[in-house]
Amino acid sequence: MNTLFDKIWDSHVVSLIEDGPTQLYIDRLYCHEVTSPQAFDGLRARGIKCLRPEKIFCMPDHNTPTHDQDKPIEDPVSRKQVDTLAKNAAEFGLNHFGMNTIKNGIIHVVGPERGLSLPGMTIVCGDSHTSTHGAMGAVAFGIGTSEVEMVMASQCILQSKPKSMRIRVEGQLGKGVTAKDIALYLMMKLTTSGATGYFVEYAGSAVKSLSMEGRLTLCNLSIEMGARGGFIAPDETTFEYIKGREYAPKGDDWDKAVEYWKTLKSGDDAVFDKELVFDAADIQPMITYGTNPGMGMPVTGSIPADAAKKSLDYMGLQAGEKLLGRKIDYVFLGACTNGRIEDFRAFASIVKGKKKADNVTAWLVPGSWMVLDQIKKEGLDTVLAEAGFEIRQPGCSACLAMNDDKIPAGKYAVSTSNRNFEGRQGPGSRTFLASPLTAAAAAVTGVVTDPRTLI
Amino acid sequence: MKAKFDIITSTCVPLPLENVDTDQIIPARFLKATTREEKFFGDNLFRDWRYDSDNKPKAGFVFNQPAFSAAPSEGVHQILVAGKNFGSGSSREHAAWAIAGYGFRVVISSFFADIHKNNELNNFVLPVVVSEGFLAELFESIKNDPQMKVKVDVPNQTVTNLATGKSEKFEINGYKKYCLMNALDDIDYLLQQKSKIEAYENK
Repeated sequence: MNTLFDKIWDSHVVSLIEDGPTQLYIDRLYCHEVTSPQAFDGLRARGIKCLRPEKIFCMPDHNTPTHDQDKPIEDPVSRKQVDTLAKNAAEFGLNHFGMNTIKNGIIHVVGPERGLSLPGMTIVCGDSHTSTHGAMGAVAFGIGTSEVEMVMASQCILQSKPKSMRIRVEGQLGKGVTAKDIALYLMMKLTTSGATGYFVEYAGSAVKSLSMEGRLTLCNLSIEMGARGGFIAPDETTFEYIKGREYAPKGDDWDKAVEYWKTLKSGDDAVFDKELVFDAADIQPMITYGTNPGMGMPVTGSIPADAAKKSLDYMGLQAGEKLLGRKIDYVFLGACTNGRIEDFRAFASIVKGKKKADNVTAWLVPGSWMVLDQIKKEGLDTVLAEAGFEIRQPGCSACLAMNDDKIPAGKYAVSTSNRNFEGRQGPGSRTFLASPLTAAAAAVTGVVTDPRTLI
Repeated sequence: MKAKFDIITSTCVPLPLENVDTDQIIPARFLKATTREEKFFGDNLFRDWRYDSDNKPKAGFVFNQPAFSAAPSEGVHQILVAGKNFGSGSSREHAAWAIAGYGFRVVISSFFADIHKNNELNNFVLPVVVSEGFLAELFESIKNDPQMKVKVDVPNQTVTNLATGKSEKFEINGYKKYCLMNALDDIDYLLQQKSKIEAYENK
């Protein structure tokens, strides 16, 4: 009762269906090329248009190559999917940020950086990592393609109201501990189903101290605990980030918006269905060893004795073993989880003045053209190039390997992405999820390394 | 796609694994389709568990075992029984299309991931949540007799292990039950709500 989640949700209720779900109004629908074509087909089959086309923003990201984007995509199936999104957006009159244009990038990176995702909004996309936008103080969640069609047709969705959970992380984060480590720590504690059925509000001094980039990373990973979404009440950090961005309110509208946004917080008397508190001092740089994101441990730790054998067999690992010092083959910096400017700054801070290890293939993929632009403005591209790293062009890339960026079977990757499922980064690939700092440490040493030793 | 639900009595296919994620149900490389061809997705259901890299069936996977390899048909293998936290991870509805395309009409588990559960319902596949005990006993019954059947009675919201005779009530809200029993989807409903939507927007 009287939680921020209640406030945002309740203010978007169009109607309540008796013994059924809520008809919820949606402020923003994002569409990418993978989970939208069948929704557009559905509209055509019903002979209807999008009810509010101006609230819908489309951009390809999953299939986009990370090199030579000015040339046609080589894989004809990927090309068709990307072209289909452009055609559908034109046919239905929707906003479209096409590949190889300055506004393009990973949808969950672009939405916030363009000022399209704002506090108090309801935001959906056919993508489970839509929870990312919760960092802006919005109720944002992933949906299926039938639900995408539902929102296109009616600007509403039918959903049962989730329960509410507050996770407070109090205290000061230690050296080398990032938002990614907080998330991996929470997953280790809660497992991948610990927050299923809930919407999570992240709070506490450690969370409040995070930059917007860090908050976006934390909220991004809510789904990996099973939560439908996760968000952080907007504050000065949020307003400062949004101000001046392309689609953000301007002038008087800005003042009015901020006045309203300042009311967006859980009441002192708020009652959550579940509340958890963690001490920031307990969190160390983390790494996963298994085949779901909940199978994590401190980077210096040993694989638990009770770890699922099927997972360890797939990973080629043994219970009790340490990962520290284990040789790795690939490093991936990027994805909607860690493809933002701060992630590149963190990576560069470790590799500066060092050299990429010879046994490592590194893919550094900015989350958007705007991030790439900022990397160049800050001269990070030079720092990275001097250390032997090449920056690729924006997209989802090796996070789910729908383009050509696939980790080969049996190879180990330290990856800043969000999932270490079997085959996620390419058939047979073996993923260690970690922060950009830990990924950078592995990239220059060639083995799993505690980043604190290089800071 | 749209199919009316009433009572389904069928043999089952067991998948006693926990945390089956949607990347396993349908790997990402099969998401490039721009149409909803059920057969394509059904053929690739659990692709990397079902086939090796040379496209040869893996003998160990349940779909390839003689007792469970027959494609679903009336009364046969229409029910998938899976370990807890089924459908976690990616929101891809292609996972539900693959399950429907293969021919399953019901998935029984003790726990489903949220988004996938909705996706199944939106594709007229019924997710049935049972207790841990019921699920464990059901796996045991199937192990003892792969021909045993389960009865899923949607009007009465009951699921019965016909080998033991044990029955449990399952949850489904009245609205969704009405939709399933009458083969209606949410969009059919929402398209009739335009005045309410406009009233909300003009508030």
